[in-house]
Amino acid sequence: MTLASYDPRVLKSNAPVPGAPDNWKRFFSFNTDAKVIGIQYITVAIFFLLIGGLLAMIMRGELITPENDLVDRTVYNGLYTMHGTIMLFMFIFPVLNGLNNLLIPTMIGAPDMAFPRLNAVAFWLVPIFGVILISSFLLPGGPANSGWWSYPPVSTQNPLGNLVSGEGMWLTAVALSGVSSIMGAVNFVTTIIRMRAPGMTFFRMPIFIWTAWAAQSLQLIGLPALTGGAIMLLFDLVVGTSFFQPEGGGDPVLYQHFFWFYSHPAVYVIILPVFGIFSELFSAHSRKPLFGYAFVALASFAIVFLGLIVWVHHFFPSGVPEWMRNLFMVTTMLISVPTGVKVFAWLATIWGGKLRLNTPMLFSLGGLFNFVFAGVTGIMLATVPIDIHVNNTYFVVGHFHYVIYGAAVMGIYAAIYHWFPKFTGRMYYEGLGKLHFFLTFIGTNLNFFPMHPLGLMGMPRRVSSYDPEFTFWNVVASLGSFLLGVSIIPFLINMISSWVRGPQAPQNPWNAIGLEWLLPSPPPAENFEENVPTVISGPYGYGTGKPLVENQSAYENQSLLEA
Amino acid sequence: MNSSSTRINYYALALVSAWTGVLVVFSFWMSRQAYHWLPVQASTAAPLVDGLFSFETALATFVFFGVISVMAWVVIFNRAEKYDMSDAEPIEGNTRLEIIWTVIPALIVFGIAFYSVRVNQKLAVLGPMEHIHRGDPIEEVGGFLGDRLPAEQVEVTARQWSWQFNYPAAKVSSTELHLPVDKPVTFRLVSEDVIHGFYVPAFRLKQDIIPGRAINLNLTPTREGRYRLRDSMYSGTWFSTNQADVVVESEAEYNSWLQQAASQPLQPGLSDAVAEYKQRQAEGARGWPTVVPAPAPMVNVPGSNQLPHNG
Repeated sequence: MTLASYDPRVLKSNAPVPGAPDNWKRFFSFNTDAKVIGIQYITVAIFFLLIGGLLAMIMRGELITPENDLVDRTVYNGLYTMHGTIMLFMFIFPVLNGLNNLLIPTMIGAPDMAFPRLNAVAFWLVPIFGVILISSFLLPGGPANSGWWSYPPVSTQNPLGNLVSGEGMWLTAVALSGVSSIMGAVNFVTTIIRMRAPGMTFFRMPIFIWTAWAAQSLQLIGLPALTGGAIMLLFDLVVGTSFFQPEGGGDPVLYQHFFWFYSHPAVYVIILPVFGIFSELFSAHSRKPLFGYAFVALASFAIVFLGLIVWVHHFFPSGVPEWMRNLFMVTTMLISVPTGVKVFAWLATIWGGKLRLNTPMLFSLGGLFNFVFAGVTGIMLATVPIDIHVNNTYFVVGHFHYVIYGAAVMGIYAAIYHWFPKFTGRMYYEGLGKLHFFLTFIGTNLNFFPMHPLGLMGMPRRVSSYDPEFTFWNVVASLGSFLLGVSIIPFLINMISSWVRGPQAPQNPWNAIGLEWLLPSPPPAENFEENVPTVISGPYGYGTGKPLVENQSAYENQSLLEA
Repeated sequence: MNSSSTRINYYALALVSAWTGVLVVFSFWMSRQAYHWLPVQASTAAPLVDGLFSFETALATFVFFGVISVMAWVVIFNRAEKYDMSDAEPIEGNTRLEIIWTVIPALIVFGIAFYSVRVNQKLAVLGPMEHIHRGDPIEEVGGFLGDRLPAEQVEVTARQWSWQFNYPAAKVSSTELHLPVDKPVTFRLVSEDVIHGFYVPAFRLKQDIIPGRAINLNLTPTREGRYRLRDSMYSGTWFSTNQADVVVESEAEYNSWLQQAASQPLQPGLSDAVAEYKQRQAEGARGWPTVVPAPAPMVNVPGSNQLPHNG
């Protein structure tokens, strides 16, 4: 690859260009280009996915036998706490922010985010609190070990009595993560509202933009509660206040309200952009317009509204009065209505389409399969009498892993494959991608399905040993988790080798509709620079023959290779 | 043209109806199977919970396999030919269909919610699931229980990491929970340290025990046997071992157990955590520092947690 073969706009930019000399160094700098930051987020997130996954596999190694025989119980408790924390705060939120950074400006035709420096600061906080979190493993007292909920009073028990404890570092990391996410959310929401290309009205925005907007609004509303709760708990731990300590007149259940007021909506922060990804990919890879665009778009904000008034369903068996149980049961069940609207719209989109079962489409279909399963068990969990039985059992663990791994992470993989050619300028290897899909899909179901029968039988979550009647399903789950660990290998090989020496990607390998596909691959630093297109139709005109922008042919078929 | 498309529609209609019929039968079968996935029913609450679960299993089966059937059909029959780069027919929506698939799920959801609220109310009639006393737990024990008599009363104390059961009337204490069958019982749940969860899967009931509060929980066991009580709220290092056995027995057996127990001197009760902690100290701890387990409670009857249990 010679420099001459690059588009001149790419070369003059400060943005890293795959294959160009020395460009990798730029990824380790305080770069303000959203596309660089996006790749930084995704790379850091996948690094932490590997760590979080490794912790999970040690846990599954412990749980393959009923006795506590692999790691000490204190170690197990630290492992499961850090697994959850790393996966949520260090993997899934950063990876989604990475996609937001890549996709929001390019999809709406903006040159960059509204506040590029704030964007870079928000990203660089991630490795900082990541280091804080991981280094707590080296403390004499070990890392935090009271679960990612960190409920007091168990979380404020500090056996060594040291000022610097694993729990203290955990709370600091979570508070910093909250600050970083708030910075990100301010940026994303502002960019979407203020920086759309001419002609891109709200109802011409791609669904991914709608869902990112909805999700980031949730961050802005909910995160202050969690961050505030974390700081109050840190005071309880370090300074000896008693916000949540019963002996000082505090209330431990109050913390649960603070925590879940954010952490339930957090699930929608995760799943909403994945709904956006499904909407983009199902229409692009079945060559049909998204069915019922307006319904799907508005359903995102219906989910935001309802998502904010369901948090008590996480602790029905706590000290919660009967009226609250009934109220939150109904609001929780209602969420299935806008969610169902989306699922039916996707089915209608692919129905009668011309499907291309490439890797992104396979991951989307597999993600939808898992999501529907998670949806039906979600209705069961919303039902108070059933929840009283299965709350805090493996049924819940199975349910949310189907949501988070089965649906969200598979959707994220789909997005990474789908937009990989656009942002790296290289094609990935389809065979490795499909291998990755099948290993992931089988591993996910093998790992997380057995948790449902275990929960129904009454196996509590977070145990490091269990009664022998639970052995069979635990062995199956453990084998599934090891398969899931293996499944990441073809993914890593594919990403690294494709980026280094994959075939050149054309401007629009999927023949997809969207402003990002009117940019060269990879896009120049300022995206459209002075030539921002004027949008003249909706985002999913597959088969209609309607152009997306004025003078569309001027933007099409721009090759990186100067023919 | 017109007649041939009509014929195809009849064919499709027949196919969809037949498949829907298969799914309905399968969903019904799954709703029967659902009972086998749960532990034995050992309380008055259990059949109500299981009935609701069975009902939702039927709905869930129908919805899940309905959606998967559509996906499978599309994946099998709607794939593009290898070199077909063309687009499909641009159908952008159908307002009537979209309203239908908004309204029908909403109605179903309200139906489930209505059924669940009724079950909630029935469970409350069987014995309020919990009543919360705020403030100092010791002072608030009396009075309230009066209207629920003649329920057996058991005081449950949860600790890191053991369970203690006191029978105030018989002046008996134990680390194994004995209950007479078919008689309502009121538990007064207290925690001495962190939040614990009182969970007996065979009873389908669970109640968090919040330190600083005394929480009452009523239930009626309906089946003799030995069941597990598990701590359901993560409570620290030996959370997993914080289990006790629940022995439901005939009233005669229960009374003789109480009588025998009353004559026993106080002795250390069961606490797996204490035993494991001792062993851990002797071997040199491999892990990180831990909260030291509370000493095993002094009780009349330690009982056992090593015997086979029914659920």
